[in-house]
Amino acid sequence: MRRRDFIQLSGLGMSALMGSSIPVLGNAVSVHHLLEPRADAALKKKLADVALNAAKSKGATYADVRIGRYLQQFIFTREMKVQNITNAESYGIGIRVIANGTWGFSATSDVRPEAIAKCAETAVAIAKANSKIQKEPVDLAPQKGVGDVSWQTPLKKNAFEVPVQEKIDLLMKVNDSAMKNGAGFVTSNLFFINEQKYFASTDGSYIDQDIHRIWPTFTVTAVDRQAGKFKTRDALSSPMGMGYEYLDGLASDKIPGPNGLISYRNSYDMVEDATVAARQAKEKLAAKSIQSGKYDLVLDPNHLGLTIHESVGHATELDRVLGYEANYAGTSFATLDKWKSKNFNYGSKLVNIVADKTQPLTLGTVAYDDEGVPGKEWDLIKDGILVNYQATRDQVKILGGTESNGCSYADNWDSIQFQRMPNVSLKPGTEKRSVSDMIKGVDKGIYIMGRGSYSIDQQRYNFQFGGQLFYEIKNGQIVGMLDDVAYQSNTQEFWNSCAQLCDKDDYRTFGSFFDGKGQPSQVSAVSHGCPTTRFNGVNVINTGRKI
Amino acid sequence: MAILTKDEAKKLLDKVLGYSKADEMSVTLNGNRTGNIRYARNNVSTSGETDNLSLAVTAVFGKKVGSATINEFDDQSLEKTVRRAEETARLAPENPEYVPMLGPQKYIETGAYAESTAKINPEFRAQAAFDSIDPCSKKNLTAAGYMEDRAGFSAIANNKGLFGYNPVTSVDFSVTTRTADGTGSGYASRDFNDVSKLSTKEATEVAMNKALASTNAKALEPGKYTVILEPTAASDLIGLMMNSLDARNAEEGRSFLSRKGGGTRLGEKFFDERITIYSDPANVEIPGSPFTGGGGGRFGGGGVDGRPQEKTLWVENGIIKNMSYSRYWAQKNNVKAVPPSGGFIMQGGNQSLLDLIKSTQKGILVTRFWYIRAVDPQTLLYTGLTRDGTFLIENGQIKYPVKNFRFNESPVIMLNNVEALGKPVRAGGVLIPPMKIRDFTFSSLSDAV
Repeated sequence: MRRRDFIQLSGLGMSALMGSSIPVLGNAVSVHHLLEPRADAALKKKLADVALNAAKSKGATYADVRIGRYLQQFIFTREMKVQNITNAESYGIGIRVIANGTWGFSATSDVRPEAIAKCAETAVAIAKANSKIQKEPVDLAPQKGVGDVSWQTPLKKNAFEVPVQEKIDLLMKVNDSAMKNGAGFVTSNLFFINEQKYFASTDGSYIDQDIHRIWPTFTVTAVDRQAGKFKTRDALSSPMGMGYEYLDGLASDKIPGPNGLISYRNSYDMVEDATVAARQAKEKLAAKSIQSGKYDLVLDPNHLGLTIHESVGHATELDRVLGYEANYAGTSFATLDKWKSKNFNYGSKLVNIVADKTQPLTLGTVAYDDEGVPGKEWDLIKDGILVNYQATRDQVKILGGTESNGCSYADNWDSIQFQRMPNVSLKPGTEKRSVSDMIKGVDKGIYIMGRGSYSIDQQRYNFQFGGQLFYEIKNGQIVGMLDDVAYQSNTQEFWNSCAQLCDKDDYRTFGSFFDGKGQPSQVSAVSHGCPTTRFNGVNVINTGRKI
Repeated sequence: MAILTKDEAKKLLDKVLGYSKADEMSVTLNGNRTGNIRYARNNVSTSGETDNLSLAVTAVFGKKVGSATINEFDDQSLEKTVRRAEETARLAPENPEYVPMLGPQKYIETGAYAESTAKINPEFRAQAAFDSIDPCSKKNLTAAGYMEDRAGFSAIANNKGLFGYNPVTSVDFSVTTRTADGTGSGYASRDFNDVSKLSTKEATEVAMNKALASTNAKALEPGKYTVILEPTAASDLIGLMMNSLDARNAEEGRSFLSRKGGGTRLGEKFFDERITIYSDPANVEIPGSPFTGGGGGRFGGGGVDGRPQEKTLWVENGIIKNMSYSRYWAQKNNVKAVPPSGGFIMQGGNQSLLDLIKSTQKGILVTRFWYIRAVDPQTLLYTGLTRDGTFLIENGQIKYPVKNFRFNESPVIMLNNVEALGKPVRAGGVLIPPMKIRDFTFSSLSDAV
């Protein structure tokens, strides 16, 4: 409904986000303003009732209201300099109605009762206007009202309460460690988000939620001027549904890997990772260029999470399957006939992929979605077979269901909610197996860590992924670092080549913080859990070129 | 009303600057009325309209910078915003790369505003959608499309006497049409400042023809092919290269323009000698902003840079002629601070797309690319896929539709493999010719339609 404001990051040297931009919602405010208390739930309930009553009195058969305060604090640094600190707030109300069997939506930043009533009337008027060309009336799955409830992301330290100086000190330490260990350049960033959302609907729900997300990240660059080469290594952190405690770097959450490599679970040591990253970026300058061919891939969760996101997460979005995203994100190969057949082999028998809005510490977890449906967990792929999709209340009847699985989300009060991806995760194996155990069984393979280049077609068949770190495996051992690696596959072929899973002790989450979808585009944040997993005989190409 | 005249904007900005107690202060004022309509499955799905007027204030003490934004315009709110920016600046760490603000500048008028676009209303949008959906329904095709229109202005000022005002309108339209059996898909997009140049029916007919012609595509072996890239496809890849001309990255050794042994490749012949690319904010077909910065919207992220945009030659006869500079990096190196371009114009020839096809013995016609991502910033290697209309050309004619390909290619290599350039047209905000390129690398096949 409006143009988004973006900070272009191309000038900030962030390879992690190359080609993308960071959306900023709302107005720049002072840091103190971010700590001002949330509006009182009783007041919000009054305002919500104004909207619901106004909508009903104008003929709406259903209405929901989201009163949202969205806070963001982003910090950008390079080497020993702070480049930018943004503190932003966005506050307003979005009203969605069904009238004459058609959706209508309107939003306003003016939260006085008379303006809210007018906004509700506009939503009804839009619904009625659009109903004239509507061919199929909206059929909403029932949702029992839940009364007055509240929920907060379980937090130990609210990131917005941590002084900015402490955050800058951390990033300076991160950058200093990288520079001292051989980095030519380093950029580091902290992203903090707090969504204070109040949802009310004519079903009788009044839901107050306080949702927090955090993402620390960096890019280290090593340069060999004589050779005219440069290599980067991005952070192996994951965005999380946590407070500042994610940055505690607890030893108990470090997972020792093969060859002294370290992975992080729910607590991240940013300084340690930057130190290692600088050494690894230098090592990449001299790494051996890959010989194209078939390899067995051992994929770390911090890498495989993105492959799950693109090849399973987006492919099982019901709105894509139905054609609502055809002009932008595309449709999906995972069509309804494949689902109905109950025998479509999405992957091998080892592949069990669940959707959820409930996993602790993840980005997708909330108590209720943006149409008042409680968070739950359900199977998408069971023993390799496609068994379900992600759906909202107006879609679930297409699947013969009577209850939404709670995938409705809007990125701001003035955005209309629509179907967005919940957490989509690969279940760990039941046999005891560590990463080192897995590597021991591989004769010719590559161990890949970290999120690199990624691209997939508009129906989610053909994809190509890079990574941050590539290690050659020969006869059960890591023998050195590789460069110029990308693997290409077809979604169904790839998941059917899934040969082995590590166990629950290796299970970790990866996250996508700014996943884009829709026109006008909205972002959402989502996690993907998995263990380190082996895929056999995957096509690997060499991406080295001379210009 | 979100759109202020030049005089109204100046008066408001002067008032805000009058409240300043900072060493330096700049203000950006943006007003927009945006509207959109989205449809899928031959039905309108969402539609809306928003007005927004917002002001961003940047205060500077020494080398400490702070910003604040507001969308309320009473005197008290304006003064509060100035104080908030000043407070934020006082608390900010010093920015060692801060460069003092510019004084008064001369800006050209770009003619980017069209009254026809500013007048778009919900009925107009509904009609535009109907003109696209109706012909699709009649041919048993499914349309999904989106139109977004914008009328607005951007004004910048600072307490050193700088002032600029730029009114802009724009309309962007895209449509994907698919056959009922899902085996054919076509796409067309258009963007203009003046909506009277837009026919959603005309664009939809192009997409419909592609959808109908692309059913039951045959698989070709991946490999190196001569390709004809339609302007939409070409603009994506060339645009990514044009966003990578930053001098600092090149001089720091981390750009495709970095030279082995140090330094940059400025002045070197880098591409085929037919390649000339420049930017010109006064170009009537793609009028740009007369000044840099000021487009940061409600957040004011762009801030007031204030450098005038001038005609700038980036590549001439294959030689890199300019890189872009931040004001800091230019000052440090004692060179002209050439700002990055907003859009660009790539010179071509007089041939139409059809002429290019006719002169091709064997090649692949590419309508558009999809999901392009950087693979290697060192070589500007990108990967992505063809989408919504990919055809085999043989003996000067389109023979049959082919399955989509994944490519791995660098625009730098591409522009060294030029066979022919057609007549430039506007696509995605730039002027770019359709181009025939040899040895374009397709590395795998996709089943996607």
